[in-house]
Amino acid sequence: MGKTVGAPILEVEGVSLSFGGVVALQAVTFDVREHEIRAIIGPNGAGKSSLLNVINGFYHPQQGSISFKGRRRRQVDPHEAAQAGIARTFQNIALFRGMTVLDNLMTGRTLKMTSNFLQQALYWGAARREELEHRAKIEEVIDFLEIQHIRKTPVGRLPYGLQKRVELGRALAAEPQLLLLDEPMAGMNLEEKQDMCRFILDVNDQFGTTIVLIEHDMSVVMDLSDRVAVLDYGRKIADGAPDEVRRDQAVIDAYLGVAH
Amino acid sequence: MTHLLYSIFVDPFVQMGAAPDLLAQTLWEGLVSGVLYALIALGFVLIFKASGVFNFAQGIMVVFSALTLVGLNEHGVPAYLALALTVVVMLVLAFAVERVILRPLVNQPDIILFMATFGLTYFLIGLGELIFGGDPKVMISDQLRLPGGSYRIPMLGGYVQMQKIDIAATVIASLMVAALAIMFNRTRIGRALRAVADSHKAALSVGISLEQIWVIVWFAAGIVAIATGIMWGARSNVSFALEIIALKALPVLILGGFTSIPGAIIGGIIIGVGEKIGEFYWGPLLGSGIESWLAYVIALVFLLFRPQGLFGERIIERL
Repeated sequence: MGKTVGAPILEVEGVSLSFGGVVALQAVTFDVREHEIRAIIGPNGAGKSSLLNVINGFYHPQQGSISFKGRRRRQVDPHEAAQAGIARTFQNIALFRGMTVLDNLMTGRTLKMTSNFLQQALYWGAARREELEHRAKIEEVIDFLEIQHIRKTPVGRLPYGLQKRVELGRALAAEPQLLLLDEPMAGMNLEEKQDMCRFILDVNDQFGTTIVLIEHDMSVVMDLSDRVAVLDYGRKIADGAPDEVRRDQAVIDAYLGVAH
Repeated sequence: MTHLLYSIFVDPFVQMGAAPDLLAQTLWEGLVSGVLYALIALGFVLIFKASGVFNFAQGIMVVFSALTLVGLNEHGVPAYLALALTVVVMLVLAFAVERVILRPLVNQPDIILFMATFGLTYFLIGLGELIFGGDPKVMISDQLRLPGGSYRIPMLGGYVQMQKIDIAATVIASLMVAALAIMFNRTRIGRALRAVADSHKAALSVGISLEQIWVIVWFAAGIVAIATGIMWGARSNVSFALEIIALKALPVLILGGFTSIPGAIIGGIIIGVGEKIGEFYWGPLLGSGIESWLAYVIALVFLLFRPQGLFGERIIERL
C-alpha cells in the first residue's frame, strides 16, 4: 500500500527555548506532513529532545508558536497535546514499572474512557462495556507488537528491549494521529532494532500515523524517514530528503567537527 | 540479675497465661488504638503514594475537620448537615492546596513540598484558632448518633469490655480501607493514581491531569481526616493537642511502608497492640509510661532491618 503524504499536520514556527542562560532552541521552524515519517537528528545536546518536549507541551518556549491540525498555540499543555492526538515515548523509558503490561497499555486509553467513577467502582453498566471495548483495542495492540506472552508481567521485570516495545504500545493504545518517538532504538541490539524498524513502518503504513522520531543510527534514519531535519546547538542547520541531508556540508561539519 | 531476667523474659508471660481475659482485653484495646493510628497513617499514605509528598499537615487536617464539624454544630447547624458541610470544606481545602501550593511548586524537590506542608500546618492552626477559638471542644457524638456505652463479653473465664464506639471505629475504618482498595484497583482514577506515583512525565504524556489527581488524593485524605477526627474526638476531646497524635503515624508508616495501604493498617495494628501489651506487661519494670515512646523504638528497630517497611515498594527517601 503506497502512502500519500498530505498537508502539514504540525508546524513549529520560530521556536526559541532557553533555561536560564542555556539556550536549547533558537528560532527553530519545523513542519511535519500528514502520514510521513519525519526524523530529527543531530549531535548530543543539539536540542532534539527539547523540540519533542515543546511539541507535546512539557516545555513552554519563550518565543514562537506551535500549530497542530490548524490550531495555532503559543504554549501547549501535555494534557491538551494528548487530547489533540499526540502520543510519545521517552529516551529513558518512562513506564509505570509497578503495573503490568496490560495496565500500562490501559493507561494509554485514559482519555478515551467516559464512564463515571461510581460505575467503574461497581464495574457496572457503561463501565463494564467500556472496559471490555478497551480491552479489545489493547489486545489488537498486543497482537500487533507481538507481546502476547508478557501481558500480565509487571513491566519492571521485562528486559530493556521489551520495555521499549511496551512503551510504544502504550503510545499506540491512544490511537494517536501524531506519534513522537525519542530514540526508539537506543541501546538495542541488531535484532531488536530490526523489529522496532518494522513496527514503526507498519504503524505508519497500516494506521496512517504520522511519526516524528529522534534517532542516532544513521542507517535507520536513512531507511525509515521521508524527511530529515538536522539540529546543531539549538539551530536547524539542514532539512530535506535523507539523501540531500547526507550530502549537506553543514551536516558533515556538525557530525565530524570542523577545523577552526 | 536472675531476678531481672525473670521479670523481663518470664514473668510477663506467666501473667498473660494466668489471666487470659486480661490479655484479651489488652489486645482489644491495642487493636482499637491501632486502627485509629492506621486511619491517620492512611491519610499520609494516600498523599505520599500519588505525589511523593510527606504531608506534615495531615494531623492538623484531622483537628481542623473535627473543629469545623463541632463548630458548625455549635452555631446551630444540624449534625448531619454540619458533617456534609465539613466534607465540602475539605474539598475546598483540596482545591486550594492544589492551586496555591502544589501547582506553583511542581517539579521542585520533594523537600520543598514537605516544607510547604509545614507552612500549611501553621496556617491551618492559625485559621482554626481564629474561627473556632483555642479551647477544647466536645465531639458531638450523640447528635451524630454514634453508639455509646459498651458490651461486656464473657471470654476466657472473665470478661472483655468493648466500647461500642470502638467497635464502630473499627468497622468504619475497615469499610474505608475496602473503599480505597476498590478505588485504587478497579477504577480509571485508581489506575491514574498509580501511574502518577510511578512517573509524572509518563502520566502527563498519556493525558492524565496531575492537577485533577492531586485534588482527588487531597480530598480523599481530607475524608480520612474527618473520619479520624470524629473517632479520636469521640474518645477524648477535640483540641489542637490531637495534632501530636499525628506524629504517632510516623512509626506506623516506617513499619508499614510509606506507599502501602495494607501496610498502614497492619503497621497501625502492630504499633497499637505493641504499645498496649508493652505498657501493661513490661511497663511496670520501667515505672510505666513507656506507651509514649515504645512505638518509636519499635520503628527504629524496624528501620535497622527493613528500611522499606513491611510492604513498602522502595527505600524511604524522606524523613
